[in-house]
Amino acid sequence: MRGYAGKFLDIDLSSGNIEETKFSDRILRDYIGGRGLATKILWDRLGRKWETIDPLGPENILLVLTGPLTGYFPGTKVCVSGKSPQSNGVIGSTVAGEFGVDLKCAGYDGLIMTGKAEKPCYVFICDNQVELKDASPIWGKKARATIRFLTRRSIQEIKDVRPNYGEVKEPSILYIGPAGENKTRVAAVVAKYAHGAGYGGYGGVMGAKNLKAIVAKGFGPLPDVHDKQGMLNITQEFCKRAFEMGRFRRWGTGGGGYFFGAETSSEPVRNWQNEWHDEESYKKEEFDKYWVKKSWGDFGCSMTCLKLAVLRTGRYKGAICDNPDYELEAYLGTNLGIFSPEENIHLSCVSNELGLCGIQGGAVIGLAAELYERGILTKEDLDGIELEWGNAEAFTSLAENIALRHGIGNILAEGVYRAALKLEEMKDVDLLKYVVHEKGVAIGAHGLRSGQDFAENIGYACSVQAGDHTSLAHHPLDEGRGELFSILHDSSVHCFFAAFGIEDREILNFYEAVTGWKLTKKQWYKKKALRILHLQRAMLLLGGPDVKWKPKSDDDCPPRFWEPLPSGPYKGRTLDRRVFEESRLEYFNAAGWDENGVPKPEVLRRLGLEDVETKLRGADLLK
Amino acid sequence: MSRNEQIWITRNYENCSGCRRCEIVCSLHHDGKIWPEASRIRVFMLVPGVEIPHLCFQCEDYPCVEACPVDALTVNSQTGAVNVDISKCNVCGLCIGACPGNVPHKHPEENYIVICDLCDGKPKCVKTCKKGKWNALTLDPREKKVSHKDPAKTPHELTYEVAKHLLGEETAKEVLSR
Repeated sequence: MRGYAGKFLDIDLSSGNIEETKFSDRILRDYIGGRGLATKILWDRLGRKWETIDPLGPENILLVLTGPLTGYFPGTKVCVSGKSPQSNGVIGSTVAGEFGVDLKCAGYDGLIMTGKAEKPCYVFICDNQVELKDASPIWGKKARATIRFLTRRSIQEIKDVRPNYGEVKEPSILYIGPAGENKTRVAAVVAKYAHGAGYGGYGGVMGAKNLKAIVAKGFGPLPDVHDKQGMLNITQEFCKRAFEMGRFRRWGTGGGGYFFGAETSSEPVRNWQNEWHDEESYKKEEFDKYWVKKSWGDFGCSMTCLKLAVLRTGRYKGAICDNPDYELEAYLGTNLGIFSPEENIHLSCVSNELGLCGIQGGAVIGLAAELYERGILTKEDLDGIELEWGNAEAFTSLAENIALRHGIGNILAEGVYRAALKLEEMKDVDLLKYVVHEKGVAIGAHGLRSGQDFAENIGYACSVQAGDHTSLAHHPLDEGRGELFSILHDSSVHCFFAAFGIEDREILNFYEAVTGWKLTKKQWYKKKALRILHLQRAMLLLGGPDVKWKPKSDDDCPPRFWEPLPSGPYKGRTLDRRVFEESRLEYFNAAGWDENGVPKPEVLRRLGLEDVETKLRGADLLK
Repeated sequence: MSRNEQIWITRNYENCSGCRRCEIVCSLHHDGKIWPEASRIRVFMLVPGVEIPHLCFQCEDYPCVEACPVDALTVNSQTGAVNVDISKCNVCGLCIGACPGNVPHKHPEENYIVICDLCDGKPKCVKTCKKGKWNALTLDPREKKVSHKDPAKTPHELTYEVAKHLLGEETAKEVLSR
């Protein structure tokens, strides 16, 4: 077995029992790692009783998995997964940083965490020494204080393990902020200050397990690979291409804050009431004023799309974050009526400090602001906050209340969809029409109405990761884009931003050089990736216990996307219902699903998923 | 640079992207594996976003060589690098204490200290940093008139200096207290 450390940690947080576990070559060859393996583990361990598993209960499993390409591919990530408290299916949510490298160098490919710790704790890994430690000194602490504490303490503890080593380098840390501790559904699992596994809501899952952080330090080498020189040659070629991508390397996705509004009319503005703006103040050159001319890359990264932004003066002095990437420029900016880079950086820092997912947390704040504009939520409802568009102070207060579940924050902490259901009951008005979500997940900041952005009409509706803009459905499925390609990135676990312009077959070659296992496009698209997709689709449809999606009718776009764009160069454009339904049916057919989007029995059998067929029949999804 | 000139690796910390490709190529060169902890150049990140590539400063008076009780450390006259004789080194750690930057560290698995050997004059880390267009590490002739010991500081000291400049003093103190 090459490219893998060969073992996983199985940690029962309830009993404190820590064991090592392995997976057969066959399972690893079929499910790779990361998202694919997470899907397999969740199905095997929880599938039978999936509908009854509370994502925020102790029965849920939290997975942090690397893949065989983690650390070798020039752009490192880890994949966080479990039963999602947003979609109630499985989402493979990736986060950049050195964590995956440290974990593999310590000898582990991933962590499988079950149960719930009695008291706040964190997992400490230093090579084969794995312990649960007391996290009470940092429970309640925000990002910076958490990192400072864990870095300092862990370096001391590593020194105890390795005396006379010399200066000890900091370990890698994954952690949650108050938003995760308070089991909100809009919390991320975070690395560094601004790197988050946001989609899925696994920060809340971690909080529900009383798990504040995972600290890893590995002193070993990355595992041996099958063909070192071959791998290095491909790496060199990938790097060369990345080094030539001047624009993306220089600006990251941060140039999008103006572009996707002004040029493509696909940026959320004031809770998606519009997708067009041409605010000059939001141009990338304006953001540049807060960039401290420091790139912010992670292990092996050839692209380094993140940029360090700092507010060194002014009322928000002291804010540190990445010079907001496009998603945060949108969700903590334009979607809140904010067109000031300074305020956007401040709000991004607030969100990071609290451990909120910038997209999910930002989206629910935007929804609340529209409800305030419409007079549905009042100042009294909001504990005195005047939630006007563009009011950065008000959004700051509300973000705190959400993370701490104070007042109305307790409802908004449930995320856009569930919060709207609760508020509908409270206010006795129809609110779902204002909610821009896909199966409980606030969608990425790439609108569909203008037809000018990369997301297609069925992109979110047919995705097994719902609103995740990094895992969009596309027909044909085997075209080197679309969800089966995303499954390849998320299962071999590397950064897809660092894989821009790299084709599927090149990644499969890299995979072969690392693992020694040949994997053809046909095997991937017709069998292995399709199998993972079907498992994810099955668990998404099984859902429960609090929500359950109806196949086909819930495989739709948010109501707002059927309204015409109110202004801008694409004014009047909207999605075409007939075209959408045709595309959806075409996708269902191509994926091997029936006209309602339920996996067909014969396809399940062909993929060796007979148990899924049985389960879907039992749940009345298959007649 | 002429053939006989000694070299020095200049660091521009704020150019460092934190990509750590220097660690990758260094460990591949010396140990044949991707092995961050075995790398002779190690990127410290005591504060996220403030990455410090840390390697031998080649002090003009070589206090580490001076301190070694078993003569395991010698200066390579060609390059000016400190070479470790792994058959002599007993990992007593005196060189680490003598180094103004606490640079030397123990090999994570073997029983000897590792110190940058300048790849015998063609440092791989500099090459990869240049290829990536970062130029956080550049190769310069080793000026005799300049003190190379001056910039030698510990990762913590360097982090504070760089953080102070990038984040401002107040914030730097907040994120990096001892």
